[in-house]
Amino acid sequence: MATTKTKPQCFQEIILRLQNYWAEKGCAVMQPYDLEVGAGTFHPATTLRSLGSKPWAAAYVQPSRRPTDGRYGENPNRLQHYYQYQVLIKPSPPDLQELYLGSLEAIGIDMDMHDIRFVEDDWESPTLGAWGLGWEVWCDGMEVSQFTYFQQVGGHDCKPVSGELTYGLERLAMYILGVDHVMDMPFNAPDALIPLTYGDVFKQTEEEYARWNFDVANTEVLLRHFEEAEAECRAILDQEHVDPKTGKRIVMAHPAYDQCIKASHLFNLLDARGVISVTERQAYIGRVRALAKQCADAFIQTTAGGWASDGDAA
Amino acid sequence: MPDLLIELFSEEIPARMQTRAAEDLKKLVTDGLVEAGLTYAGATALSTPRRLTLAVEGLLAQSPDTREERKGPKVGAPDKAIEGFLRGAGVTRDQLEERDTPKGAVYFATIEKQGRPAADIIAEVLEHAIRNFPWPKSMRWGSGSLRWVRPLHSILCILTDEAGTNVVPLDIDGITSGDTTEGHRFMAPGRFVVTGFADYEAKLKAAKVILSPAERADHIWAEAQNAAFAQGLEIVEDKGLLAEVAGLVEWPVVLMGDIAEDFIHLPPEVLQSSMREHQKFFSVKNPKTDRIEKFITVANRETADHGATILAGNQKVLFARLADAKFFWENDIRVAEAGGKPWLDSLGNVTFHNKLGTQADRIDRIASMTRAIAPAIGANADLAEQAARWAKADLSSEMVYEFPELQGLMGKYYAAPAGYPTEVADAALEHYSPLGPSDDVPSAPVSVAVAMADKLDTLTGFWAIDEKPTGSKDPFALRRAALGVIRLVLENDLRVGLDQLFDAQLLRHEIELNENGDVRAALLHDLDNEIADHGVFGAAIRTVLDHFDGDLSKHLEGVKASLPDTSSDLLGFFHDRLKVYLRDKGIRHDVIDACLAMPGNDDLTLLVKRAEALATFLTTEDGENLIQGVKRATNILAQAEEKDGVEYSYGADVKFAEDDSEKALFAALDAAEAAISPAMEAEDFAAAMSAMAALRAPIDAFFEAVQINTDNQILRRNRLNLLSRIRVTCAGVADLSKIEG
Repeated sequence: MATTKTKPQCFQEIILRLQNYWAEKGCAVMQPYDLEVGAGTFHPATTLRSLGSKPWAAAYVQPSRRPTDGRYGENPNRLQHYYQYQVLIKPSPPDLQELYLGSLEAIGIDMDMHDIRFVEDDWESPTLGAWGLGWEVWCDGMEVSQFTYFQQVGGHDCKPVSGELTYGLERLAMYILGVDHVMDMPFNAPDALIPLTYGDVFKQTEEEYARWNFDVANTEVLLRHFEEAEAECRAILDQEHVDPKTGKRIVMAHPAYDQCIKASHLFNLLDARGVISVTERQAYIGRVRALAKQCADAFIQTTAGGWASDGDAA
Repeated sequence: MPDLLIELFSEEIPARMQTRAAEDLKKLVTDGLVEAGLTYAGATALSTPRRLTLAVEGLLAQSPDTREERKGPKVGAPDKAIEGFLRGAGVTRDQLEERDTPKGAVYFATIEKQGRPAADIIAEVLEHAIRNFPWPKSMRWGSGSLRWVRPLHSILCILTDEAGTNVVPLDIDGITSGDTTEGHRFMAPGRFVVTGFADYEAKLKAAKVILSPAERADHIWAEAQNAAFAQGLEIVEDKGLLAEVAGLVEWPVVLMGDIAEDFIHLPPEVLQSSMREHQKFFSVKNPKTDRIEKFITVANRETADHGATILAGNQKVLFARLADAKFFWENDIRVAEAGGKPWLDSLGNVTFHNKLGTQADRIDRIASMTRAIAPAIGANADLAEQAARWAKADLSSEMVYEFPELQGLMGKYYAAPAGYPTEVADAALEHYSPLGPSDDVPSAPVSVAVAMADKLDTLTGFWAIDEKPTGSKDPFALRRAALGVIRLVLENDLRVGLDQLFDAQLLRHEIELNENGDVRAALLHDLDNEIADHGVFGAAIRTVLDHFDGDLSKHLEGVKASLPDTSSDLLGFFHDRLKVYLRDKGIRHDVIDACLAMPGNDDLTLLVKRAEALATFLTTEDGENLIQGVKRATNILAQAEEKDGVEYSYGADVKFAEDDSEKALFAALDAAEAAISPAMEAEDFAAAMSAMAALRAPIDAFFEAVQINTDNQILRRNRLNLLSRIRVTCAGVADLSKIEG
């Protein structure tokens, strides 16, 4: 215990401690999803696994991209690419608040010195057709996490309910490490052979992506990709459940959901390029939501989604 | 008599819901107890972020035995009827009693119910309350199906009397009731047993929880004032924030911190909004400089370093927030100094309403109307139009995007750097007013012109697309807008004919709704020109409508036909709002109706002047009696007119007057008419009313002495025509037939 009470030295140590903590608490420690997403919630380990009746417990880091938040690496805490730490446990355990507070202690927040508060913040994702009730968690007035009990995802009631925790890693780490500008934050140990700051790792990419996101990305291509992803998602879901080649029942919820994720990110890119008007915005969000709903419908037709054939049920 | 203590302990309840929820718990439980026959002496509802508490004192130990007699069907009634009665009363046939009544022999049943112990009733009532709790939003958790605002963890439910404390047994979806609770999450973890309310409250306090929200709020306010006062500063009062903060903590600890010098030059409202919305901080002002120099935050715990770490953290977050605000402010000032054109341009991309176009379209309409009404308000038309065009510019500013509640205020701040005079700056802020019935009404002519045009454009717009308020539904706050116009007119003593303004603006909306491109632009241009030359009514409308006689648009043919109806309907809406407004000022609705029947009822100032004079007149003895006399005259006249099939309206001649009272009435009417006409002309309603009052004695005397319906047809006709003069003379003042009583 004494070791976890010590202050972490760098960004990656905070991530490692979270990984260890949630691994100890029994979560499957997963790896980031290999597609561009806007938030950790998009990872199928959260979106899809929160559906259906099967228990689930997962924790992972998810690189997240929000093209409109790019500031060429100059803003002290705004980035177009950042990390979220995500925990999803289904059904939500009765001591989830205590488990969460334990994770803050594990990353070096001394509960005796700080003021931790659960402040009402209901979560809603219009693109995922999802909502839940919970809080933003404050540490000394700073939002350090989002804590949500999922009620609906993809238009389906969550039964059982999943508890979701999302940590904004850079902001949390900056607070713990006492750093004012994200680019100054030590990424690895400051006494390492080759000490690296967050800026050493990401300053250049923030500049490159900000330029591309805002001014260069080819909007015609993006728009076409969006249409294609949408069409492919539908086409996948239109397939018969039974695969004619193997004769097995294979509902392709995940490949379809990949296309939904792609459409969502393409929409974010188009938004950053400023080519989507206020009225069109709603329409695009509605199109992504429609895909998310169909993927959710498909997922609950799969084994992981709690589907059981008559034979299985007997 | 036992006392009951209930505590529902859960994860953090949203601050805004706590007070209401505690009251709901009290109502649901006490109503249920009373309904089951358990009366009590008193009940108190309290709450903290993690608990709803109800203490009921002096409860009956059990509900009283009851005995109820119920009258049934007649003896010999069909079996079906008797069986139905038995079922309803829960008795068997041999328990029925036959009794003689004046209507014959009738069955009676006596239903006896044994009293039940309080604990049984409480368990039922509480379970029902929990399962049917009216949370604004509730949720499920884990694998359960129970709904609560956040996961419910424990139920404390105990009955305490001289003999001791007993748990009221209860099991709701696996949560069993007990006699324990817990204190502060961090400062005093662990559960403890409680034996009654006093013990509960004292042990909670020892466990760092102040149970009463009012006590927490008082504590916060007193500590905050002490801290500020000690440094010669004062807190900006904010009752809403105080209540919210009291709902975020169980053990409030007040901490005061500095606002970095870099940010002190920001407008105080910006500092306040930023600190209040994002951080729930109170603003602390230096009364000497009138600037906000410090903040107060309320922590939920004590620490070994007396809050130093917590304060430093909060200060750091505030620094980042204010750095954002400063960034917005500086960017906005840059845009403003260049004239603010990008803001106005971008309003062309913001939809106001899908049928009513963009904010830019709306600003054009408001600007045109502001120009048109400026003269009637005594505002310079150019200045007023300039103000209308600037009034909504701040909606595109970064600051208002971040803090929507600063709309108007930022427009005022940014007006000077954009090169506008004070009148324009003030109008940006004031044109939203009045928002509520007690909000101040602007009086600067330019502000009044923009405020009127803004509201009238909204009202005519939603009338044009037929989206009027219905019942309790008023999503676009049109009632508030109409009341705003009424107050702007009355409190500034404005003389404007609303009807004309409605017509002009409705026409503008119809053109925009039905025409596009060059035709639309040409028509709007025509309309503006015509209004500039001829005013809003008459020529302007007619000229533009004449353009429609060609085959410009089929849609606009309909407009020509429906415009007057829409205008009248909107005026009717205003009159309804006016009645509500005047009723609150003590003027009866029938008095207003009597005045609404008169011409010029779209001139609200005139209308109210008339109504006030009439209301005053009706409080005098003469007034009240005159109304009776006039009503009598009109009734007789109406009967005679119906019987004879003619209208008696002209030709009363004094030479046919027989009786002195009849002659006197002729003279009195001559005198009254001579006085009333000029008084009405001068809008001196009091003088007109008092001239009318002079008729009271002659009319009374006339009815006393003279029989109207005599056999002599010449006399009869003359007298009826004389009555008609009463009707006509008085009708020049108000439609007295509308007066009730």
